[in-house]
Amino acid sequence: MIEQRISPPKTRIDVTVDGSTVSVPEGSTLLDACNAAGADVPTLCYLETLTPINSCRACVVEVEGSRTLVPACSRVAEPGMDVQSDSDRVQRARKSVYELLASAVDLSLAEPETVRQMERYDVDPERFGEGWHRTDEVKIQDDLYIRDYDKCIMCFRCVAACGPDAQNTFAIDTAGRGLNSTIATEFDVSLPESACVYCGNCVAVCPTGALMFKTEYDLRTSDDWRPDDQHVATTVCSFCGVGCNLELHVQDNRIVKVTSPMDHSVTEGHLCIKGRFGWGYVQPEPD
Amino acid sequence: MLGAGGGTSSYEEIESTDLIVLWGSNARNAHPIFFHHLMKGVRNGAKMFAVDPRRTESARWADVWLGIDVGSDIALANTIAREIIAAGLTNDEFIRHSTSGFDEFAASVEEWTLERGEEVTGVPAEAIRQLAHDYATAETAQLCWTLGITEHHNATDNVLSLINLALLTGHVGRYGSGLVPIRGQNNVQGGGDMGALPNKLPGFQDVTNDEHRGKFEAQWGVDVPAEPGWHVTQMFDAMERGDIRAMYIIGENPAQSEADSRRTIDLLEGLDFLVVQDIFLTKTAALADVVLPAAAGWAESDGTATSSERRVQVMRKALDPPGEAKDDLDILSLLAAEMGHGWGMPTAEEVWDELRSLSPMHGGMSYRRLEELGGLQWPCPDEDHPGTLFLHGWLWEDPLPREPAPFSSVEWAPPIDPLSDEYPMRLTTGRRLDGYNTGVQSGGYRSPIATGGVIDLDPVDAADLGVSDGDVVRVTSRRGHIDVVARHRDGLRPGLAFMAIHWPDDADVNTLTLDAWDPKSGTAEFKATAVRIEPVQR
Amino acid sequence: MLGIPDSRWHGGERTAGGDRVAYGGFHRAAARRHLLLPALHALQDAIGWVSHGALNYVSERLDLGPAEAYGVATFYDLIATEHAPPVVAHVCDDIACLAKGASRIVDELEAALGPAGEHGDAAPWKRSPCLGQCEKGSAAFIQCAGASARSIAPVTAEQVIDIVTSGSADDAVAPTTSAQDRSDLRLLAILDDEGDMGLYRSKGGYEGLARALEIGPAASVAEVEASGIRGRGGAAFPAGIKWRAVTEHEGVKYVVCNADESEPGTFKDRVLLEGDPFAVIEGLTIAGVTTGAQQGYLYLRGEYPVAFRRLSEALESAREAGLLGPDIAGSGRTFDIEIRRGAGAYICGEETALFNSIEGFRGEPRQKPPFPTDAGLFGRPTLVNNVETLANIPAILRDGGAAYAEIGTAQSTGPKLFCVSGNVASPGVYEVEFGATIRELIELAGGVDGALRAVLIGGAAGSFVDASQLDMPLTFEDTRAAQLGLGSGVIIAFNESIDMHTIVARIADFFGEESCGLCVPCRVGTVRQHESLVRISEGGDRAAELEILDELDHVLRDASVCGLGQAASSAVQSAIRLGLI
Ligand SMILES: Cc1cc2nc3c(=O)[nH]c(=O)nc-3n(C[C@H](O)[C@H](O)[C@H](O)COP(=O)(O)O)c2cc1C
Ligand code: SF4
Ligand code: SF4
Ligand code: SF4
Ligand code: FES
Ligand code: FES
Repeated sequence: MIEQRISPPKTRIDVTVDGSTVSVPEGSTLLDACNAAGADVPTLCYLETLTPINSCRACVVEVEGSRTLVPACSRVAEPGMDVQSDSDRVQRARKSVYELLASAVDLSLAEPETVRQMERYDVDPERFGEGWHRTDEVKIQDDLYIRDYDKCIMCFRCVAACGPDAQNTFAIDTAGRGLNSTIATEFDVSLPESACVYCGNCVAVCPTGALMFKTEYDLRTSDDWRPDDQHVATTVCSFCGVGCNLELHVQDNRIVKVTSPMDHSVTEGHLCIKGRFGWGYVQPEPD
Repeated sequence: MLGAGGGTSSYEEIESTDLIVLWGSNARNAHPIFFHHLMKGVRNGAKMFAVDPRRTESARWADVWLGIDVGSDIALANTIAREIIAAGLTNDEFIRHSTSGFDEFAASVEEWTLERGEEVTGVPAEAIRQLAHDYATAETAQLCWTLGITEHHNATDNVLSLINLALLTGHVGRYGSGLVPIRGQNNVQGGGDMGALPNKLPGFQDVTNDEHRGKFEAQWGVDVPAEPGWHVTQMFDAMERGDIRAMYIIGENPAQSEADSRRTIDLLEGLDFLVVQDIFLTKTAALADVVLPAAAGWAESDGTATSSERRVQVMRKALDPPGEAKDDLDILSLLAAEMGHGWGMPTAEEVWDELRSLSPMHGGMSYRRLEELGGLQWPCPDEDHPGTLFLHGWLWEDPLPREPAPFSSVEWAPPIDPLSDEYPMRLTTGRRLDGYNTGVQSGGYRSPIATGGVIDLDPVDAADLGVSDGDVVRVTSRRGHIDVVARHRDGLRPGLAFMAIHWPDDADVNTLTLDAWDPKSGTAEFKATAVRIEPVQR
Repeated sequence: MLGIPDSRWHGGERTAGGDRVAYGGFHRAAARRHLLLPALHALQDAIGWVSHGALNYVSERLDLGPAEAYGVATFYDLIATEHAPPVVAHVCDDIACLAKGASRIVDELEAALGPAGEHGDAAPWKRSPCLGQCEKGSAAFIQCAGASARSIAPVTAEQVIDIVTSGSADDAVAPTTSAQDRSDLRLLAILDDEGDMGLYRSKGGYEGLARALEIGPAASVAEVEASGIRGRGGAAFPAGIKWRAVTEHEGVKYVVCNADESEPGTFKDRVLLEGDPFAVIEGLTIAGVTTGAQQGYLYLRGEYPVAFRRLSEALESAREAGLLGPDIAGSGRTFDIEIRRGAGAYICGEETALFNSIEGFRGEPRQKPPFPTDAGLFGRPTLVNNVETLANIPAILRDGGAAYAEIGTAQSTGPKLFCVSGNVASPGVYEVEFGATIRELIELAGGVDGALRAVLIGGAAGSFVDASQLDMPLTFEDTRAAQLGLGSGVIIAFNESIDMHTIVARIADFFGEESCGLCVPCRVGTVRQHESLVRISEGGDRAAELEILDELDHVLRDASVCGLGQAASSAVQSAIRLGLI
């Protein structure tokens, strides 16, 4: 074939991370550079498959010459940058970021990685005193997934996944401003009345359990969610010819939720309603 | 034929192409994740055209939507071709070097002036001109289609007419330029790859080719018939003639999925012996003498599936099948044993490895590689091969390594179910986002957006008929009638109605459709039915 | 506003051809999205709120998801998404007005009209952050369904009660007065042309533009560089660097005048816009023809209805005079200016948030880099300058950058406006050359009423100083050396009668209310800061609270996305250092 994909080899640039020099392709972020250097940089709002939204600030690092700390996830590396990935200043900011979040929302179902980072920075949710805390009713409006914004850290991943980065449905967006802002449909109408097409891509990217499969929610509510008894099998969705990979999470020979691998070129972790929720026909309703 | 066998391009290519033509496809609903890739392309600046009788959810994203008459695709394609030629926008170098039959083709489309095109398709000449010019002058362009093109009596011609456009402009065989048919089911492509076609052996090897057949005969130790078999529509004709008296159906529900379902059921009932192997007790299974309960392929057994970008991927068993249900492969092996062939009980991987030894294009696709790499795109002849991003790069090689790609002169014929005073409305069918085929699978979950079986009417038609949103109407075609709830819907135009195919129990649209089929591909005419709609007094 | 729909697919009439072809899709929607905020404004102005049906209609016309439009509508204080009374009064209770007794007005309104409303609810009055009328001592901004909005300053509680009960209002703004002799001032020389082009031209107006056209872009940029002028919007960035960067880019670019003036205590831009609109227009026009932009935007604070009217008229006369439009002053150059109204969000003064606001997105700031000069409005290279910065430009071009650089000090060149308010005898805008001290400015304003307790310089994002620092010259270099900021030129004096706890808590509350909510440090941290200050004033464990405030100071400054969060603890920390709280 004469014309395969033409992508000239990228020039590489050198960045110093914690004293050692790493070489990364041009256009890489500081997070890429830190990862390449083996530095342990936490992230909350960042997800490989979404445009960096740059909101949580857990990933901040110190860059020589910069007045403030800079977010590693979205800052493009420049040649010669000198990065401190875990200086005192960085640690202090990260600890506060996690503490501020933990003081305002319920992080009890946050990803294990978040729990690990919170332990790493010795996070004390009480440190900033008693004060405003999110209090929302769990929104159960259909049989597919629930929304519990008590747990929402406003990482905006769901908005990006529902909107420009994947689904382009725009059923949900940030409403309001400041601490009172929430993720909402227009005028907070229920999901079935909204533009939602139930792809569940918002659920898939939510890092805190604020958005959750109804199956998982029900099992958790009845104290029967047992991750240790679950296995995951990867297969291909049966509903059309696109060929989306499905990860079927199975507990007691029943599918309890469905994900797709983030690093797969076909889906990047996204699915449609059929792949995400359409499995019911292989298992009858439990009584 | 280009475009037969498999989509030429990879999904990733549409993300960086300059122009996208989505033809007869509501991908946003029918193939949502393909549409994600398409939207990346649009967001990266690609201009988008949509050709569809309805202004669908997909068409709404298009810079230009062309609302053609149902069944006038070939007329539109020929008009576009004529305009590209007349405006001098052909890729002459490519035509000379890589194609054959141009002069004859040019002569065949000569009559398709913009005016004629507008007359037949209903689309304003200016919009056709724009599509022709933009497609021809784009640096790279992807031409994508689905069932809107293939569920017609002239499906193969439809596809050929689109291939002509790619040949005129050189929009095939390069990164970012290609022909992209998106398949309706998860393994239609794989079925074809595996030789589930009347004239093919696995790997698109011809049954009529002695060398190809010989390999299989040697491996299997049996004679393989050298004659092409029948496709589905021909089988039903054979049943009608009495040439087929028994049938073994695996994982199909023709009693509901075939156009003209009344005739289909009659024919199935008239068989001497019917075996149905399925995961459900479908309407078809209900007619069977023997039902073999099968495991759901994608969740209850191991195997592979091939996607519309020719990506072969492994499926792993997640659940134990219910009751006595068994893996399709095990059922076949047990049957073979009963019939005196000692296959043993091979695993899916063992069968696959045999296939790899017989089908060169699958040679490099071990389960291990498939699982590690997230699938591989055929052809992938050996274990060092990375798989193939796009097909037909050879068209751009010099000297040309194969016979040049032929243009095909394609005659437009109007839909064979004509509109008349008695049947003045055109009914077309399709999918909704949360439904699938006959709804057996998609009925298994509680979709909050399910519409149920309804007919979508243009508000103008509805007003003329005195039908309010939610009223029941009787829809009558030359073959039968059904009563169904009507819904006012944007995106249509007067004279055009739409029904989804997923709720045959509410409203069996195939009672109305026509069993005319494309003699080349065997697909039936689902898309263009002439109907009459009347309000029903409740 | 949105024009007549051009097809049935966008809310228009059906036509036979329109059933067969539609032009629309992503690119068209993207190109029209910037109409969203103007459309929401139009609804708000006409009906007094944006109903669900109205929002759906706008979304359909603009090919937007209703949730997106809702997200934008609910971002702004001046857009109501719940059925609101036809007249709503926004009454300032911010620091300068607090010093003049705003809490009394608030108390009286509460007694008469019930508690102040929250965003989106149906109360007839709301508390408002600084309305940019600080020199008047009290202020209200009135939204009237079906009529244009009004400013009233000074305002009394009776007036507000009368307006919301009678349902109508007229502008009643006391004229901008100045205790200064204006005869040899530069920026405030004309404060009453009010859109009189003849008057403006008679005093040398538009000579700067003529010269810019004559000497061409390269030389014009050189003049701006030579002038040494730094931005007057708060960040004090050398204007010449931005002008050069944008001028050197190819292709479509934009110039933007930042007239969102919302920093508490700041009103100089309003005074310029109302009193001398042509200076700003000429400055922006010079920026346009120099950088090669064909379109300029003037992003005007939504609470400035008088300025809006004067600017609109002035733009019209400039067009009539051929000084805007397809052939500026016979030069063959095209340039025009559009006013975009803000809708009640301090953050939209931050330049990248301002771009998002114009583009029809939520007014959240963007990550920098890329900087506006490389990728700004609509992703194109953009020059943003403050009103006062631009008002200096005509003179720089007319008299030359070198002459301008003679004014002020070596590093802080030019004349500078200061907004002096609070407990001084004659609050107002005062023009001095850079180098004047805080004391001199307070004296220009007639001196402190009573005994001085503290002075806030730089605005809510600035710092308190006490009597010992009054002789500090107000230059960029001197304030920086003292680790303060000149900010937008705010000087608010507080005398001994003022409860500084209330003032400091109000500043903290301001940041909590105005945080866009994008980033965690600011979204949560500003509110935690306010809570902590309230606990202190209620007698909480002071040492523990100071520790909390210190920790918050660090994370806000170090880890917030934008200047709002980064400055949100500045005044609080300075108040603690000075023992004001
Ligand atoms: C929260 C925040 C609010 C701001 N508000 C304004 C404003 O109202 N007016 C203004 O000119 N600059 C404001 N700025 C500064 C602008 O971002 C920008 O620096 C300025 O408009 C550039 O113009 P200049 O260089 O002429 O000062 C604000 C900055 C921040 C962080
Ligand atoms: S399910 Fe899909 S469409 Fe619905 S809100 Fe989530 S991302 Fe959006
Ligand atoms: S719901 Fe989940 S994904 Fe969405 S903003 Fe909240 S935490 Fe993030
Ligand atoms: S610092 Fe505050 S205003 Fe700025 S981005 Fe963060 S939340 Fe928004
Ligand atoms: S991960 Fe970088 S800001 Fe959230
Ligand atoms: S107008 Fe009240 S503080 Fe400025």
